[in-house]
Amino acid sequence: MDCVVTGGNVKVLAKAVHSLSRIGDDLYVEPQKDGLALRSVNSSRSAYACFLFAPLFFSRYTIPSSYAFRCKMAIKSVQAVFRSLVSLEKTVEKCRIELDDQKNRLTFTLHCKHGLLKTHNLSFQDSESLQAVFDKDSCGNVFRAQPRLLVDTVVHFPPSLEEVTVSVSDDRMWVRNHVEDEAEQSKAMLTELCLAADEFDHFAVQAQNRITFCLKELRSLLVFAESTGLPISMYFDEPGSPVVLSVTDSVLEGNFVLATLSDDPNHCKDNNRRTCTQPPPPPDDFMNDDMDSYLIAMDTSIAPVPSTTGPSTSPLVASTCSKQPAAVSHRSRKRNEEEKGKEGDRTADLNRPPDKKFCSLFFGSVLPPSPQMSTQPITHQNVLASDSEDDTCME
Amino acid sequence: MKFRGKIVDIACLNHFSRVITTISKLTKTCILRLTPDNLFFVLCGKVANGGVSMWCELSQANFFDEYQMEGMNPEDNEICLEVAPENMSRALKTVQNAKVVKVKLTKKHCPCLTIVAELPTLSSVSRVVTHDIPVDVIPRRLWHEFKEPTVPDFDVSIYLPPLKTMKNVVDRMKNLSNFLVIEANLNGEMNLKIETDLVSVTTHFKDLGNPPWGDGASQGSSSSQSRDPEAMAEARVDIRRLQQFLMGQQVNPSKAMCNIVHEKVVHLILLHDDMSLQYFIPAVV
Repeated sequence: MDCVVTGGNVKVLAKAVHSLSRIGDDLYVEPQKDGLALRSVNSSRSAYACFLFAPLFFSRYTIPSSYAFRCKMAIKSVQAVFRSLVSLEKTVEKCRIELDDQKNRLTFTLHCKHGLLKTHNLSFQDSESLQAVFDKDSCGNVFRAQPRLLVDTVVHFPPSLEEVTVSVSDDRMWVRNHVEDEAEQSKAMLTELCLAADEFDHFAVQAQNRITFCLKELRSLLVFAESTGLPISMYFDEPGSPVVLSVTDSVLEGNFVLATLSDDPNHCKDNNRRTCTQPPPPPDDFMNDDMDSYLIAMDTSIAPVPSTTGPSTSPLVASTCSKQPAAVSHRSRKRNEEEKGKEGDRTADLNRPPDKKFCSLFFGSVLPPSPQMSTQPITHQNVLASDSEDDTCME
Repeated sequence: MKFRGKIVDIACLNHFSRVITTISKLTKTCILRLTPDNLFFVLCGKVANGGVSMWCELSQANFFDEYQMEGMNPEDNEICLEVAPENMSRALKTVQNAKVVKVKLTKKHCPCLTIVAELPTLSSVSRVVTHDIPVDVIPRRLWHEFKEPTVPDFDVSIYLPPLKTMKNVVDRMKNLSNFLVIEANLNGEMNLKIETDLVSVTTHFKDLGNPPWGDGASQGSSSSQSRDPEAMAEARVDIRRLQQFLMGQQVNPSKAMCNIVHEKVVHLILLHDDMSLQYFIPAVV
């Protein structure tokens, strides 16, 4: 792999890395035929972000043809390469990303003014391909707006606010802060912003729905969109199914997939029926409104990795979610065990080394209805919710 | 009980927002009293807030283009609410460029002070932001707690040096001690002192001038006339309280002064054309 980025594109690349760093702790790098993919997912897997830079984005783009190389690395170390955006803009003329096969390092070389060279040799881990399952084209509600509009919208909400609720009618969009429970509601300030359809570049509503999602990820995409001046598109259907925020131009595409809260138990039911054969969760309060419903479906496919032996060849499902807290992977295993009963053909896949796409983990609907589990989700919730803490120390 | 106000002028909106921000720096919650002519922000000296009290008076006509209110009943034509000024400040800050801002008392999921702003857009329809700030309506029987404090029988009254200068001094001293002694005399001199086991620091201010209080203003004037002009009156205060007061200063007061009741209380007063702010910091031993 050998990629060279020049001029203003260095800043675009840097902004993308910064934007991803606000999602998760790891950067998944995958040079593909159709471009370089940079991805990240948060630890609770409720948010996934991917930038794909087309070969034309680079002034040179060669990828290993013999095998599929992919890796993950601590996003902090990549961020360090592009630390100061200001100086980057002023001094860096060219950035080269190169795979050093011998040393197993990914080398970032910044060619600065006056012939100054800055070289960062970053270690990496082999990894699975990270790919969220989403289909934005099937979404009924589609919007496109200039980043300014969304920046001016989120500015009304405090930085501490976790989630916003977006609801749409045929010619309007409302954005309001989401307040968890009734007790808080009497104390918290409620802010609502109404945007008219003609403020958007594109405004198409099929279902007058209301979704709730995390504001943090939207903010991180806004940072990117604002600096590149690219309009943001938003795709969503119903509460509980993910919202997709994307930016596109001729040489790059960014997709942020965010889980939404399924606040309506009926919706939740519908979702489950459609996406998998799970029975609806018991009508427990926290079951319907808890963090689990934030999770989005992740497709953690593992393509055959030749020579490299690592955790990815382990037959356990856990390998795909190695970065996840034990509780979650434990649960996903449980879920798979459950599935064994229901779908016999999957059992074989589980017992075999995962040499192909073996499961689509719909983390969002993993809650088994068994009573002994009813106390456990609370601990899961903690694990899942703790993500935001991790991220605060990142910022 | 009804209340509705409208601000159109950007300068008024800006000023109003700065006053509220100043107050939000001083206290987490306070009482908002609405009368036909004035708005008052009141904090009464409870132990929970360190014994400080505040009285801020705004003349509504100087801020609002429209102002309608209907109090509890014709005899008590007032509305008394408990509000978090921080929320108001946040709501107002984001609508600084609004075409029009309305402030209303509304009944939503709970009583709210609703701030609605119409923001300019490029399209034909303006963007509307609504902030619902939950408030508690204070019942009539508790109103007596929120009356204007009387000017204390002070020993010395003095004009303050530029607040920014004072802030710089106090900010430095804060690193060394938790308490500060503020002392002044009738000769226009004021000292800010800290004393710890390791260090003593004093900043001296001279020629500040002493405000001429009329005979009626306070009995203090009579006692201070007989007072030795060189004699210092002093009060030891929690440095954080003073810092809060100086930190929040967003309004440029036309006059800033300080009354000291020896070893009892520091009474700070800011006067502006259309607002006044009084702040009381109790002395500690």
